Amino acid sequence: MHKYKLSHLDYLESEGIHVMREVAAQFERPTLMFSGGKDSIVMLRLAEKAFRPARIPFPFLNVDTGHNFPELNEFRDRRAAELGAKLIVRTVEDALAKGIAHQVPGEISRNRLQIPTLLAAIEEFQFDAALGGARRDEEKARAKERFFSFRDEFGQWDPKRQRPELWNLYNGRLLPGQNMRVFPLSNWTEMDIWEYIQRENLELPSIYFAHEREVVRRAGQWLPVNDLQPPKPKEEVKTLRVRVRTIGDIMTTGCIESDATTVEHIIQEVSTARVTERGGRADDKVSESSMEDRKREGYF
Amino acid sequence: MTTSPEPSQDPIPDNTELLRFTTAGSVDDGKSTLIGRLLHDAKSIFEDQWDALQKSADLAGGSDVNLANLTDGLRAEREQGITIDVAYRYFATPRRKFIIADTPGHVQYTRNMVTGASTANMALVLIDARNGVVEQSKRHAYISSLLGIPHMVVCINKMDLVDYSEARFREIREQFFEFVPRLDIRDITFIPISALKGDNVVDASTSMPWYHGPTLLGHLEDVYIASDWNLKDFRMPVQYVIRPLTDEHHDFRGFAGQITGGVVTQGQEVAVLPSGKRSKVKAIHTYEGEIDEAFSPQSVTILLEDNIDISRGDTLASLGTLPYTTQDHDANICWMHETPLQLGRKYLIKHGPAVTKVVFREVMHKVQIETLEEIHGTATLGLNDIGRVKFKSMAPLVYDAYRKNRNIGGFVIIDEASNDTVAAGMFRSPEKPAPVPEHKDYVI
Repeated sequence: MHKYKLSHLDYLESEGIHVMREVAAQFERPTLMFSGGKDSIVMLRLAEKAFRPARIPFPFLNVDTGHNFPELNEFRDRRAAELGAKLIVRTVEDALAKGIAHQVPGEISRNRLQIPTLLAAIEEFQFDAALGGARRDEEKARAKERFFSFRDEFGQWDPKRQRPELWNLYNGRLLPGQNMRVFPLSNWTEMDIWEYIQRENLELPSIYFAHEREVVRRAGQWLPVNDLQPPKPKEEVKTLRVRVRTIGDIMTTGCIESDATTVEHIIQEVSTARVTERGGRADDKVSESSMEDRKREGYF
Repeated sequence: MTTSPEPSQDPIPDNTELLRFTTAGSVDDGKSTLIGRLLHDAKSIFEDQWDALQKSADLAGGSDVNLANLTDGLRAEREQGITIDVAYRYFATPRRKFIIADTPGHVQYTRNMVTGASTANMALVLIDARNGVVEQSKRHAYISSLLGIPHMVVCINKMDLVDYSEARFREIREQFFEFVPRLDIRDITFIPISALKGDNVVDASTSMPWYHGPTLLGHLEDVYIASDWNLKDFRMPVQYVIRPLTDEHHDFRGFAGQITGGVVTQGQEVAVLPSGKRSKVKAIHTYEGEIDEAFSPQSVTILLEDNIDISRGDTLASLGTLPYTTQDHDANICWMHETPLQLGRKYLIKHGPAVTKVVFREVMHKVQIETLEEIHGTATLGLNDIGRVKFKSMAPLVYDAYRKNRNIGGFVIIDEASNDTVAAGMFRSPEKPAPVPEHKDYVI
């Protein structure tokens, strides 16, 4: 075995750096979507690796649902400040007030409401590209999406009109009003993310690790109890040792029972997990095509 | 076989290799069953995915779980019961990580097969033991060869339906070998399997004692891929120029890119193409600090001794064997758009970070894939056609022939009006290689 050999993480890292640099070179007003979640934390490290010692040439953008975990927002703000990046936050609350987004009666999750909020932010700042941390192994509609995912003037994704992507060649050409969503982590799996976090010793928000939390059992999941989500009359509130595996809206992100307090523990847990990480997210369970439908409307 | 007496301790904890392979096939040849079997036996199908499959099977009237539903993720695909697009699937064993590019096999999806093949180390060709080598197996083998996939494994599937017959296995292998000499395939392995029964997929078959080779998974884990990258001649197209413009890094001017070939070392002399200027590597910068050498396909930032004008699209290359620098091109091309190629019309070419205009001069031939016959006298190429073209570019392009280096010899063609990617191509050696520009000492 000769020495000129890359491990799978080195390979994925190099691919991700290449994509980041293509975005910086091909677009005039790119942004990087940073939520503070584990995938976007990996994105930040790739951005550092792609551009240091210069500054990261993208402002960070986060769509705050108003239902974000507070630990996550604290982490998001602090990391952006540490990296000297400009952080833009646009809230669903604000989009509702301005009439950009409209709540459907009975709708609990604000996942869908992120879509008009995001599209409005893209328009407000005239972003022509938005980097996201989505991965193909998350969901089967994503499995067919390109690294450079073309969106029309309405922010929509048309799976049948995707541009062929060969080798490491990405066609980012756009007409006015169109934009691109770019996913440097397309080829990463959940396990790759954790192994990379371990290797790079990346800091994570505390909610990824086991902690005591009040939860209720709802639709086969442990949901966190808080002001936004008080227990229903017959529900029993339990205090369990839990952590989150994926972070979405606090209303619909299920916690898993866990004792994992280190990244090593989490890797062990992931390697023996029997459900996919999005299995804990009610937003994906609506129908077999719910992700495809949301993407068509402009979800990232 | 040689083994070192004491296996050296790898300092990197994450030394798992990545193997990318492509599969092509239609509903009936057992491709989905095979992928399902690999994922299932490698424990990469999760309970909620299984539940979702079960649910759609129940809705369909209690039929069997259809593993194709795992990959056919788009509504149009489920409605029509066909795979339209390339689906990427991921699984891992303790030895390797795998990325499968699962592509449809039908002729109308040739472009998707080509796309999936462009990044694969290995092609997995599936043959139904009852039918032998058919048009589709030939198409997949041809495309794999055209796209320069270094390894091929031919799985002769449904052996259970031909009584696990060694004679049948040999017969099909002969059929395949008749076709192979016309292709450029360096490494080929045949494995008799039954994806449905699990023979030779993950576990060795007890029904075929005459077969002594590896199982499919064993082969995927063992095939030697470290030499798949061209490590001979250093090439790096400049993607981005890093200039921090801070007090601390006032003079820092780094040329960032992914190395597409060879090894670069600190102190090495390099040519800057197409200008032909020369300089020395002052430093190889990475986030972790400076390193002495770097190799393909690493992404690095290179600092040069001399302050010469270099921008995105220029290529840094070692002096030993310089790449071609030319405006006249000869290439194999796959047309990927409904609107056919028009001679004389201007298109854009994207080759690495370089983008310039091109005009097609001549379609030399179109390939009849099933027979590998070259059809001459055609003036155009339509959707999914593969052929050979001559064209001219407005600015010179810097490359090696695709056969020599896959990572620098590929390009895409873009329609200037719609911005659609309309074709993908692979450079051949230009007929009359243009002379390399002479070294000049520019004073800037």
